[in-house]
Amino acid sequence: MMKELNLMQNPYQDDKVIDACSIFGVMDTSGKRFSGEGVIRAIANMHDRGNGLGGGFAVYGLYPEYADLYAFHIMYLNRQGQEKVEAFLREKFHLVHTEEVPTRLTPNIVNPPAVRRYFLEVGDARPEEQSADDYVVGKVMEINTGLEDAFVFSSGKDMAVFKGVGYPEEIADYFCLEQYQGYLWTAHGRFPTNTRGWWGGAHPFSLLDWTVVHNGEISSYGINRRCLEQYGYQCTMQTDTEVVAYAVDLLIRKHGLPVEILAKVLAPPLWSEIERRPPGEQKLLRTLRQVYGSLLLNGPFTVIIAHHGEMIGLTDRIRLRPLTVGVKDARLYLSSEESAIRLICPDLDDAWIPAGGEPIIGSLKNPLQPGAAAGREKVLTAVRKI
Amino acid sequence: MAARNETDQMVKIDATGIYYKELNYQLRELADEGVPKVELHNVYGQRYIGTGLRKPLEIEIFGTPGNDLGVFMDGPKITVHGNAQDGSGNTMNDGEIIVHGHAGDTICLSARGGKVFVRDDVGYRAGIHMKEYQDKKPKLVIGGTAQDFVGEYMAGGILVLLGLNGRKEQRANFIGTGMHGGVIYLRGSVESYQLGREVGTAGLEETDWRILKELLDEFTEHFGGDAGKLLKHDFIKLFPLWLRPYGKIYAY
Repeated sequence: MMKELNLMQNPYQDDKVIDACSIFGVMDTSGKRFSGEGVIRAIANMHDRGNGLGGGFAVYGLYPEYADLYAFHIMYLNRQGQEKVEAFLREKFHLVHTEEVPTRLTPNIVNPPAVRRYFLEVGDARPEEQSADDYVVGKVMEINTGLEDAFVFSSGKDMAVFKGVGYPEEIADYFCLEQYQGYLWTAHGRFPTNTRGWWGGAHPFSLLDWTVVHNGEISSYGINRRCLEQYGYQCTMQTDTEVVAYAVDLLIRKHGLPVEILAKVLAPPLWSEIERRPPGEQKLLRTLRQVYGSLLLNGPFTVIIAHHGEMIGLTDRIRLRPLTVGVKDARLYLSSEESAIRLICPDLDDAWIPAGGEPIIGSLKNPLQPGAAAGREKVLTAVRKI
Repeated sequence: MAARNETDQMVKIDATGIYYKELNYQLRELADEGVPKVELHNVYGQRYIGTGLRKPLEIEIFGTPGNDLGVFMDGPKITVHGNAQDGSGNTMNDGEIIVHGHAGDTICLSARGGKVFVRDDVGYRAGIHMKEYQDKKPKLVIGGTAQDFVGEYMAGGILVLLGLNGRKEQRANFIGTGMHGGVIYLRGSVESYQLGREVGTAGLEETDWRILKELLDEFTEHFGGDAGKLLKHDFIKLFPLWLRPYGKIYAY
């Protein structure tokens, strides 16, 4: 765990500029990989929404040469932290390859932690009754709560998170992200609402291949956190968004719920609206609120949730934070502001503002067909209504 | 510095890469010089375009202007060839904004005067806390549909919802929640559960039709269509049931 927060680069301490957040996501639903150059320009175009206290990116389809291995990205404060964690990894996994994450000198990135990546195979140390994914989640939690001066912030296969303290375009420059390719990218520019800006607290938040970028404030954090702790998730990043990443892992990977149901758990219709639905739907929605009430996200939010094969945009039920959707051929864009999409794709097939609580889903299983119906209808038919 | 192409009285600015402060500074200078019209090309998210300008400057925007378009504006006429983002017409005092596309959330928030016409849909909380005083009366005409909380805390002004996008009914809930002034004219009808509890409904009277006709004439002038035909459709009028809903809490 990285306890020495003051060692982390944050020249402003609590004297921060009050602002918003920016989020951006683009997915090629045909699975074609593309460079991060456009995403970096798009998120940089929303520079003024953040205040330089956090920027980050998630990239999917990133490591095809190691596609079957868990790719850990780990931040280190010092050499001792690295030695302890590497001994731990060698004991618990089969370490296939490790390297420093390439960086370049960037003027505004001061005093960064060392960042290394590890390509790991789950070996014999895994108890038979535990799935490989569960084993990895357990080990990530062990490092992040038990080992000092180190922090796992990315642990999925063929994907990774790059993040830190700085504006997103500075973080992209620092990690040379224009050199990587992926079929799905999300990005975030941060204005920390309630907690300090530090390297681990930048978005995206991630566990296995789940990532979340978020604009808003989860006021139900305490309730969500207590609920998730019962399932073994430890919240260590001092930021509300972390609970969304774990809730998604629990609901989709562990409990097997479809994305459409996930949306009804995180952003359920208001009671007054449930009463107007047909009886069968009412029963389902009431049941979800009873079973998963502690995972309802209260407060203003727009999130882009991603994992392999899917990108999901979702806002709170009364849409207190913005989200615009754009579609061009097989590509789906999600953004805090339409101008950022237009900057890198001026001739969209369609652009619109979805209703609060209505999930927008891009999927490799349901790729957008170029030249088919208008984009809005394409995406909405992909969203199977419950 | 932007490339300026001056032909007669019109100035063209290529806004590529120009920060919003610089862009608005240039607009202010041009307005002060008495230039009647400015075209902004390649606009990608610059905020506050036209802020605080008090001259009858015409601004044509090609691209996607940023948030708070025309904030505190007092006279200019802005035309957007594209979509507008959140907060357009924020606290505007006078002038016009015409959007040939859709607009984001909280359009005309706290507007005190002027006119805004949007061809397509608008986001949440359109017209939130619009107000009026004597001859200052903001007018917002929406060609498509609005999302929830349209007319929230409305204290004055006129809001027209035409629902012309053909794709869907007016699905907004919480229409006029907290409304205590002004009026909303809505084409078609809504269910009572869609309305805030402070809102009453009625048919249009002669003065209402006259006001609506004027606005629809302007709307169709901007975007095409036939105002006369539109006026044959059914409209309802939404109005506040109480002008001072909480007056007794504080005064007695």
